[in-house]
Amino acid sequence: MSKSNFTRRGVLKTSAVAGAGLAMPTFFTSMANAYTNEPSGDTVTLGFNVPQSGPYADEGADELRAYQLAVKHLNGEGDGGMLNTFSSKELQGNGILGKKVAFVTGDTQTKSDAARASAKSMIEKDGAIMITGGSSSGVAIAVQGLCQEAGVIFMAGLTHSNDTTGKDKKANGFRHFFNAYMSGAALAPVLEKMYGSDRKAYHLTADYTWGWTQEESIKAATEALGWETVNAVKTPLAATDFSSYIAPVLNSGADVLVLNHYGGNMVNSLTNAVQFGLRDKQVNGKNFEIVVPLYSRLMAQGAGENVKGIFGSTNWHWSLTDEGSKTFTQSFGKEYGRPPSQAAQTCYVQTLLYADAATRAGTFNPCGIAEALEGFEFDGLGNGPTLYRADDHQCFKDVLVVRGKENPESEFDLLEVVEVTPAAQVTYPPDHPMFAGGALGDCNPGA
Amino acid sequence: MTFLGLNERDTRFLLIVVALTMFTPFLLQPFAENSGLAQFNAGYPDLMQRFAIYGIFAIGFNILFGLTGYLSFGHAAFLGVGSYSAVWMFKLLSMNIIPAIILAVIVSGLFALLIGFISLRRTGIYFSILTLAFAQMSFNLAYSVLTPITNGETGLQLTLSDPRILDPESITNSLPSTSLFGLEMNDSAQWEVFGRVFTFSVGYYVCAVIAIIAFYISLRIFRSPFGLMLRAIKTNKTRMAYTGLNTRPYALAAFVISGMYAGLAGGLLASMDPLAGAERMQWTASGEVVLMTILGGAGTLMGPVLGAGFIKYFENIFSKINDNVLHGWFAFMPDGLEDALITLIHPFVGKGWHLTLGMLFMLVVIFLPGGLVELGQRIAGLFRRRKAEDRSDDGSKATTPAE
Repeated sequence: MSKSNFTRRGVLKTSAVAGAGLAMPTFFTSMANAYTNEPSGDTVTLGFNVPQSGPYADEGADELRAYQLAVKHLNGEGDGGMLNTFSSKELQGNGILGKKVAFVTGDTQTKSDAARASAKSMIEKDGAIMITGGSSSGVAIAVQGLCQEAGVIFMAGLTHSNDTTGKDKKANGFRHFFNAYMSGAALAPVLEKMYGSDRKAYHLTADYTWGWTQEESIKAATEALGWETVNAVKTPLAATDFSSYIAPVLNSGADVLVLNHYGGNMVNSLTNAVQFGLRDKQVNGKNFEIVVPLYSRLMAQGAGENVKGIFGSTNWHWSLTDEGSKTFTQSFGKEYGRPPSQAAQTCYVQTLLYADAATRAGTFNPCGIAEALEGFEFDGLGNGPTLYRADDHQCFKDVLVVRGKENPESEFDLLEVVEVTPAAQVTYPPDHPMFAGGALGDCNPGA
Repeated sequence: MTFLGLNERDTRFLLIVVALTMFTPFLLQPFAENSGLAQFNAGYPDLMQRFAIYGIFAIGFNILFGLTGYLSFGHAAFLGVGSYSAVWMFKLLSMNIIPAIILAVIVSGLFALLIGFISLRRTGIYFSILTLAFAQMSFNLAYSVLTPITNGETGLQLTLSDPRILDPESITNSLPSTSLFGLEMNDSAQWEVFGRVFTFSVGYYVCAVIAIIAFYISLRIFRSPFGLMLRAIKTNKTRMAYTGLNTRPYALAAFVISGMYAGLAGGLLASMDPLAGAERMQWTASGEVVLMTILGGAGTLMGPVLGAGFIKYFENIFSKINDNVLHGWFAFMPDGLEDALITLIHPFVGKGWHLTLGMLFMLVVIFLPGGLVELGQRIAGLFRRRKAEDRSDDGSKATTPAE
């Protein structure tokens, strides 16, 4: 063991240090707040956690634009955007509860780990009271779990998997975006009308949780029409060339190809399928068709010519003509010189909904806000009358069925809305088997 | 002055490391809360925990790479396996972190034994490729095929319905947090003084104590005859074989030990934040630990820890500097100049943090082949007249480049 030599100098030094330590104002504040990150100054900080690098960076960039616009509008700058059309008139453009809105941003890298680290740093370092964002269901579910543990509200961005508000639902997490089940329910009637009820479908599915729930949902919806599923093949997420998966489709006897892909995957698989001449084929006496259940304008931009005439579903599209959509598209366009994507819309709306809920609740306490959001009915935010269901924190609203436009007028004008499926048609009971197995638990205010 | 079998110099070294680790909450929080520089503070629990955990990971990697010269490109697989084991322990057994960490170390050790046994039949680039292949295989398995065990892309998480047979029946309807005999990992105390807020987190101090133990073990390995044998493998494996020594058991032992270190780090990651994602096993994660070790100084004791801290700091602090923050900093300048300056800096911060890190990495490799440790030594050398023999902290020639 160490031998200590007591010298006069050593003793003096030690006692000086100890004395200084004792003389310091020794008050340890061990989370004296009522809830995590209770805002004390005249600002309130929101955390925007979006993919700034990786496969979904484009969508992340658009989400961030929407968030910045929402903050501007909340603080009373700019033209106010959808604050003017929102059915709830609580927000006055003076921040939230009189506190100016500030924000911090983080990069999720589309990885659960990195997303959680960046969300944690926003909560622990920057004092963010709410985390929002995400452009992938895996990340959204991971961050939602973190927010539940940390005691802050999570307002999900673009996440389409059934699990986010299904088996992985959390009391502190809320989703405005639609889900795979709704895609299936909205698409099926249109597909029946266009392609008939006697079809043989072949699925190519991205091999991870979102792909699986999507495949399950579309299969269930189309088989209910009388379609037959010939085969469902899983493709690795990292795949960039799908020709080896497309070739067997030709000989399978299928006459519809369903691409359960998103982002770069979808752009590549669709391009491959078109190059193989699938769309010019006649099988079983019918035209061969391709369906992409989850569409986004950014993806359509990537796939170019190939999307023409292809059906899919989407949460929102800028060409909608209701007051909310028009106002939002106009104010987004004025700010950034381009129309917003569906990811941007859902993120903007989520921010407004959070601010409104805090105002109505009169507190930033996550439990108060959760209570204000649960069962909240609103309108004027671009999707028609919408309900935030209390049982699973999922929004129920109209779903758009879209088709790749044959004669686009501009680089943004790529999709046309074929049908607006009413909310009632895509509503399911909270204990639906595709969503079973999870529990919200109690809301956690932290501290 | 000797301590736990260390000589005087090593004892002093260990004590410095202990002091640095214990005072990390102060050291990483040098700027006042309301100043513009508060952006650069890193003293919040999550990041401090990551410093300690990735420090352990890099220390373990260095036992293999720094001593034997075997460059494994698949170490993240062990980190991931450790995390999954730990989360399963939380799900099935108890929220206490002890069983989780023990299982993580054991499982990753066994996994390392298997992979090491196969991969160590080759050396050099072939060994690297083999380990890389195994790690990518593990990643892909975890991502899709093994989803019932790993929960695929979403990552393995706790749920309310988990059995947790050792824990008392939960009365509340919310998820329990990880703990060490009742001491919750996410608990922390804050101390406000001189406009600074220092956060003392239970999780960090648990990680710190384990990191110090890990560091001590690695110190002993470096000084032991076994460590010498490993260095001999790095220097000339063929000559060792000619003298009648079978080097493979030594290399395998080093491989397994470093795999167990990685598993420990993975288990700790899961203990601090009970989620295990497949990305933890991806080759980029394996590459990261190689970068950490080389950046800090391969073959030195302190280097890998410094490298780990450096990279994690960039990942978490630099990536959060966005244009808004920049505008805040340069608001005092005339508009034109401000915008020009921001345009200039923009590619290097925020999402461009990889670029900055890459450039710094190049500078370090070109001008400081011994890593950050060499930088420290050079600075120390300027102040010390006698900079002759005992300038290296660990006794090895720190300036020898790896491989």
